[in-house]
Amino acid sequence: MHITTFTERPYAHVPEEEVIKNSSFFGVSNKFLDPVKGGSLFNRYLDEKVYAEEVGFDGVMLNEHHANPFTMGCVMDVEASILARITKNVKIALMGNPLPVADPLRLAEELATIDMISGGRLVTGWVRGAGCEQLANNVNPTYNRERFDEAHDFIMQAWSKDGPWRYEGKHYEYRHVNPWVKPIQKPIPETWIPSLVSPETAQFAARNCYSYFALATFLAPTVEMWNLYADTAEQEGWQAGPECFGYLQKVVCADTDEEAYELGKNYVYGGGQPAFARPEWMFPAGYNSKAATKRMAYALTDPETNEAVVSGKDASEEINVPEMKKYNTEVLYENLIRNRQIITGTPETCLVKIRNIMETLRPGIFAVWHIEGGPTTHEQSMHSMKLLGENVLPQMREWAKELDLPGPGEVKPGSRKLPANGKRDPVCDKSALAA
Amino acid sequence: MATNDYTTKTISAGGSELVITQGGSGKPLLVLNEELGDPGWLNWKQELALTRTVITPQHPGFGVSPRISWALSIGDLANYYAQVMVEQGWVGADVIGFSLGGWVAAEMAAQNPAQFSSMTLVAPMGIKPPSGEICDIYQYLTADYIAYSVSNIEGTPEFADLFGGEVTAEQYERFQDATAESARFAWQPYMNNPALSHRLGLIKDLPTQVLWGDEDKIVPFSTVDIYQKAIAGSKVVTFNACGHRPGN
Repeated sequence: MHITTFTERPYAHVPEEEVIKNSSFFGVSNKFLDPVKGGSLFNRYLDEKVYAEEVGFDGVMLNEHHANPFTMGCVMDVEASILARITKNVKIALMGNPLPVADPLRLAEELATIDMISGGRLVTGWVRGAGCEQLANNVNPTYNRERFDEAHDFIMQAWSKDGPWRYEGKHYEYRHVNPWVKPIQKPIPETWIPSLVSPETAQFAARNCYSYFALATFLAPTVEMWNLYADTAEQEGWQAGPECFGYLQKVVCADTDEEAYELGKNYVYGGGQPAFARPEWMFPAGYNSKAATKRMAYALTDPETNEAVVSGKDASEEINVPEMKKYNTEVLYENLIRNRQIITGTPETCLVKIRNIMETLRPGIFAVWHIEGGPTTHEQSMHSMKLLGENVLPQMREWAKELDLPGPGEVKPGSRKLPANGKRDPVCDKSALAA
Repeated sequence: MATNDYTTKTISAGGSELVITQGGSGKPLLVLNEELGDPGWLNWKQELALTRTVITPQHPGFGVSPRISWALSIGDLANYYAQVMVEQGWVGADVIGFSLGGWVAAEMAAQNPAQFSSMTLVAPMGIKPPSGEICDIYQYLTADYIAYSVSNIEGTPEFADLFGGEVTAEQYERFQDATAESARFAWQPYMNNPALSHRLGLIKDLPTQVLWGDEDKIVPFSTVDIYQKAIAGSKVVTFNACGHRPGN
């Protein structure tokens, strides 16, 4: 199993009441940004990644959002380049590069540079980008899927085809393709495809023998995507295994359950992930097919309370800031804990819930979405990481052996043969869900 | 005939299938819909259908007529409709276009003014306002955009019939289709063509009216001056205390 760690790298000093009044992190004015404080945070987050390697994580993970204090990292490849130099052995996973809003040739060059500097430790991940990324980059959402597909195909060519050559596609044209940087990893860097349970994405990942990486989605719909991926792999003639699946899970550790519980409330600072962006920004017209919009709503809806987890609130609603803060730290937080979206506790407490996820989803990649948000201090974060490294990761590795959960570094996705009857074996265990 | 006797039918035109709603009899009047698609058979259509054949094409790709893969701009859509006009024998029709549909009509006239005998543009998009901005539909929930388009909701008789209450699933689907296809046509430059005001110089003697509400929050009223100057002999009709929807 490959165990990695992630945070959104928030601009932690964004005033919480501004986020709550806006019902969304996206859209809060950048007048609240102090570049000195932001720079200090960038350095802190880089230091924490280095520390993650020291305490035993196999990888570090970054993501990218734009115009949003929820994630300062809007040019993730710059951060990844620094990590390529200041870390030694960890894989640097980029979950992911939003293809439709990028210049694909420039992106092929940036990623190849990171792989070269890191000595082949890059893990690429391709995403469509949230709706608000299309707005922030002024990229037509109706061409999102077309641009994703074309940019992906172009980058594969840019990494494999000797130049110079000319490219004329529907959305991109290049007169002279001849990048003097190429990935060390052949034929391409290890690739995981992050997703919020879009069936098209699961199928895309399986058809390309990429691992599929579920971004902290509820377990039941995640199981459905695992099965769809495995069915697609079966159609392609191979057996999916744990190396094909990654799962992102919020986990924070402290010396006592009570301390960890209090610390975990920082995940819902300003409303946390559910307040990422309001619906009109998440789903601009044409970004999703209507069917995909419905599926996403299901995948991100709390199965018990029926509340949307990523939708924000109606902008026209009167917002009572103290009441919302109370709601976030009591109702929302409790719901997220009850549904295992957030795991808090001592290492022993966390391990019980992690074991259940490992048994249910059988992932070969496990990403700890580490504590973040407003008041989280560097010391708290480092201490939690230390507890994870010393007391959680060793047990997870033991269990991974017992449950036979190899990562994609151990077994290459696409390399397992189907059983003799041509019918695939199960890839997850839904029966463990209720445990 | 009863004025609410209208039919919806599919015709083959311009190399594609096109759904049109048609009612009344007499000289054809082409009605070009806004960015949210067809609001329906409105009261004013019933009135006009007493003496005219009122024809409303459902824009290609807006959820009713199939999308035309080669049409990537409003200029392309205008060219498509020009082909339809010739094939259907509608050349010489009067045209009225609303918002995005007004832009389509203006592009058609800029390509070939002789295809119409008169043109009425109602708060048309298509020209960048000299002050203010065309409201960005892609940053609004559709219900909010619609509310924003009307200056006085309570004082607008048809508003409740058309848009009152919660957005139904059917409406949501229609709005999604329409706004997505509008994005294909007009994401950037947003809802305007920088060349249009110059291309309208081809129009010399097409009777043209430009109707605008002076409280329009979707396409700023200031744009009316550009249209008037660009279209020779055009007349402006201003609706006081009115938003983007004089037609409702």
